[in-house]
Amino acid sequence: MSHNEVTASDPGTMIPGSDAVIYPRSSRLRRSLRRSEPVLAIAPFIIYSFLGLGIPAIAVTYYAFQKETGGWSFSNIHFMLTGENHVFLVGFENSIKLGLLSAVIPGILGVFLAYAIQTSNSHILRRLTSTAAGVLANFGGINLTFMFIATLGSGGVLTLWLADIGIKLSNIGFNLFTFSGVLVVYMYFQLPLMVLVVTPALGGLRASWREAAENLGASSWQYWLRIGIPVLLPSILGGMLLLFGSAFAAYATAETLTLGLISLSPIQIGNYLNGNVIAGQTHVGYAIAFGMLVILSITMIFYSLVRKRASKWLR
Amino acid sequence: MAPLSGSGSVFEVVEAANKVVPTYSTGSAKRRRRVRWWRGVVFLLAGAFFLIPLYAGIKFSLQNTASHFSFQAYENIPSAPGFTAALSLSLKIALVTMVVSTLLMVPTAIYVHIRLPRLRRVLEVVTVLPIVIPPIVLIIGVLGVFPLWAKSSPYLLSFMYVILAMPFVYRSLDAGIGAIDLKTLTEASRSLGGNWSKTMWRVILPNIRPDLLSATVLTLALVFGEYTMAQLDLWQTIPVWIAQFQVSSDGPIQVAASMMGLVGTWVLLLFVVSIDRSQSRRNRKKQGA
Repeated sequence: MSHNEVTASDPGTMIPGSDAVIYPRSSRLRRSLRRSEPVLAIAPFIIYSFLGLGIPAIAVTYYAFQKETGGWSFSNIHFMLTGENHVFLVGFENSIKLGLLSAVIPGILGVFLAYAIQTSNSHILRRLTSTAAGVLANFGGINLTFMFIATLGSGGVLTLWLADIGIKLSNIGFNLFTFSGVLVVYMYFQLPLMVLVVTPALGGLRASWREAAENLGASSWQYWLRIGIPVLLPSILGGMLLLFGSAFAAYATAETLTLGLISLSPIQIGNYLNGNVIAGQTHVGYAIAFGMLVILSITMIFYSLVRKRASKWLR
Repeated sequence: MAPLSGSGSVFEVVEAANKVVPTYSTGSAKRRRRVRWWRGVVFLLAGAFFLIPLYAGIKFSLQNTASHFSFQAYENIPSAPGFTAALSLSLKIALVTMVVSTLLMVPTAIYVHIRLPRLRRVLEVVTVLPIVIPPIVLIIGVLGVFPLWAKSSPYLLSFMYVILAMPFVYRSLDAGIGAIDLKTLTEASRSLGGNWSKTMWRVILPNIRPDLLSATVLTLALVFGEYTMAQLDLWQTIPVWIAQFQVSSDGPIQVAASMMGLVGTWVLLLFVVSIDRSQSRRNRKKQGA
């Protein structure tokens, strides 16, 4: 983006007093400073993001293609794709499966929950739920693990309640410490995350659209089918892509819940880094990390496409 | 403006939209009842899903080793070995994270709103990246290339936590700034002779204070809950301490500490949001009179 365009735009949007205070009198210097002002102003953010997000990503990519002894090589990637009886591919498969399931299920439920919160008349209820969503979306790891062991572990509260009414969790194929358990536990932060992400979009549904539809004789169903859902769909899909990324990326919860025994890509990376494997293979961890970055880049491309579409109506 | 703006703080987003609800329900009373019934079911299910584990965790933490009700675990937390060291480390990291995050994100968000609205979409995508890029990938990259002096400092975690907090901090600020009429406010301040720093301190910041505060509380929650990076960077912050604490005869100390963290953060956030809301409403009333 050229800054000429931006600075030459509406002078009314300028920061008040800035030119009088910050810039020297010399008009040429002043002009060149003003031209570079947008760059200078967002430079800290750009540099910070590059150091914190860009550098690690580049480092992971670099090491993924480096031999342990130095020098470029595809051996890490090759080992990741074929070695150890395809255990790493299974890790990716499980991670993607977990990501998809814990994107779609909380994604759909989250929309209903956000709508219910938004249309509720109770002030207190809305404040309680919206702050809770903020806190719970950040909740995870060991704390969450403890809570669910107390709930659905072998002596957990809910396990005992269900046993009282004759339902045995193991009979319906549920085990807290395997894939099904991780999925349920992930819902605890995925659902609030979806509520946070989709709420602004719900706020963008205008009452006039509903009134117009009603005046034209539309039923509630027709309104949602023809107007509500099409307008919201890009935002909902965007939210689900985020949830996919979030579940795909999560490490602490699965690690502490299954003690690192579940085959998920982040856990496998952790095993390589914690030194649980033979020396001289740590770069395989970087190769898995690189694989995850590739999958997440594809997700983010879809996300930005969907996001663009979403901002069409919801302005 | 853009999708997040028409609203208010993230936690107040619902309010603006709620005002229009009565216009929806000018239809039949039957439909209104159906909506209410449907909402009740959603709240009931969600409430059960979120509150049962919370209840279970709290109940478990209130038992002593003989499974009787007691506050023993909570009483024993402060004297548990390693707790004070972990707490002070977490507090230091949290403080640095909150300061750096505010200094970095607030000017950027305000500037982009005033001068570079076209960059908002780019910023939105960049600030969402930390949700999807695995923390474990970030930390192994950082540990792979950062110089030794950086890796040996606990504040490397602060540096990374600012990144991890970005999605929540930026969203909160973006919603807050979008809800105030920034252009009119800055123009008014300018015509009254205020310069850039005065406008920032006296006009813009007080207006986005609730959003800034809730962003800060969420950052605090993040620092006190983040396990992956702290564990791989070998620093014993509170979550790492909780995970590594050896089960002793003192009862469920670990669970007690977890529960205290979760409920404490929620109450703190609720407090911050309500205090600031009621204050700003009072001010508005005063001005209106």
